[in-house]
Amino acid sequence: MTEFIENLAPIRWHEPKSSYDVVIVGGGGHGLATAYYLATRHGITNVAVLEADYIASGNTGRNTTIIRANYGIPEAVRFYQHSLEMYQALEAETGAAILHQTKGIFWLAHTEMAMRTERARCLVNTACGAKTVMVTPAELKEMVPQVDLSGAGRYPVLGASHHREGATARHDRVAWAYAAGASQRGVHVVEHTPVTGLLRDGDRVVGIQTAQGSIAAGVVLSAVGGRVTKMAAHAGVRLPVRTHPLHAFVTNDYQQGFGPILASTELSCYVSQTERGQMLIGAEFDSQPSYSRQSSYAALRSYSHKMTRFLPFLRDLRILRTWAGICDISADYSPIMGATGVDGFLVTTGWGTWGFKAIPAGGEGMAELIATGRPSALIAPFGLDRFRRDHVLADQGSAGTR
Amino acid sequence: MLWLACPRCGRRPLEEFTFGGERRAVPDWITDPDERDFDEVWIFENPDGITTERWFHAAGCRRWLTVRRDTSTDTVLGVVP
Repeated sequence: MTEFIENLAPIRWHEPKSSYDVVIVGGGGHGLATAYYLATRHGITNVAVLEADYIASGNTGRNTTIIRANYGIPEAVRFYQHSLEMYQALEAETGAAILHQTKGIFWLAHTEMAMRTERARCLVNTACGAKTVMVTPAELKEMVPQVDLSGAGRYPVLGASHHREGATARHDRVAWAYAAGASQRGVHVVEHTPVTGLLRDGDRVVGIQTAQGSIAAGVVLSAVGGRVTKMAAHAGVRLPVRTHPLHAFVTNDYQQGFGPILASTELSCYVSQTERGQMLIGAEFDSQPSYSRQSSYAALRSYSHKMTRFLPFLRDLRILRTWAGICDISADYSPIMGATGVDGFLVTTGWGTWGFKAIPAGGEGMAELIATGRPSALIAPFGLDRFRRDHVLADQGSAGTR
Repeated sequence: MLWLACPRCGRRPLEEFTFGGERRAVPDWITDPDERDFDEVWIFENPDGITTERWFHAAGCRRWLTVRRDTSTDTVLGVVP
């Protein structure tokens, strides 16, 4: 896999040194983006990103690649809208082809309750800079002729919110773009190096341990996806995070073409077409926490059942490939970025099922925090201390999952 | 498909049950009463391995069960008293 990526993306690979100013644990989108912005915006290049497997092998390479900002609370809309705009400029900034495509997202409402939720979403989005409007079933049918407005008689479409700037991008290419940009500026990206523990000096975290030896660090950032509870426990930090598997699948080629992204919050499922023509479908995560990446028949059956309610043409397609990722779901369904209360140890976690869209803004925010010591206004509300301050950012209804 | 041997209803698919969260005690080393309350409300042990949790048999006997499960493989080990 490494050889394959090497041929595709101009990433420079390094052997790890024994000491860095900043060590980032986790070579997914958030870790690599943080390293990239540390190097490009703040001139901090004595940085290592350590990845246990190959880069983007975790949730960065497993998500359904949707970029959107149609959240339900102002803090989240502002943050994700900034990230969405950064994605729009990412190809120009990095020079890498990330295959960014603005498609627009329709969130279907099947009940009056959901209609009220979607209308409220439009108001909050408009107030905070995101472009989301309500559309009638007739308007939806005109833009998405494949949709069955009766929802197979069970989930009638009463309306939808249309988030016009919703987009997709090729997920692994986003990680490679950041890895290439960071490594060309001197950041060390190191694959196949699991971090087995943290070095502590009193209450401070002063480095990390690997099977090959220890590495000293001025600051350690955990950008781990999936096993963050264990990583934080090495520093004595306890997190309000549970880890749940989320399944996804692609069908064989749908030749007619399907332009937008379609989602139903009530059914918790979403569908888009990949650049290869496959229909890409994801839904809610398993209710029970697990670290297993085994696809389950129950999930595939449930997703298929839901999606065919309002997109009957999917019945004619076959499931081609399935996979699962393990998502860190925070207690309030919002990410956790910033200080942990332990000196020298920061986290960017709780990315659950909403991490890919946040990679540029999350990386930029964490880089600024590491460089200046202060969280920017965009990421400050997402600190771990919000649970103690009783300022939780409960926004489960916008997670597209439950 | 995961199955669970309900002591009242027999072997049933896990879809009939509703997950009720991990069953855990706040660790003894947390002594401050406010800290214990905070831990109880917000923190999850989230272990990568064997855990004990509550499941509700929603589509069966409608009773709560205590279940042992291995989260690294998502395997149900059985119902415990």
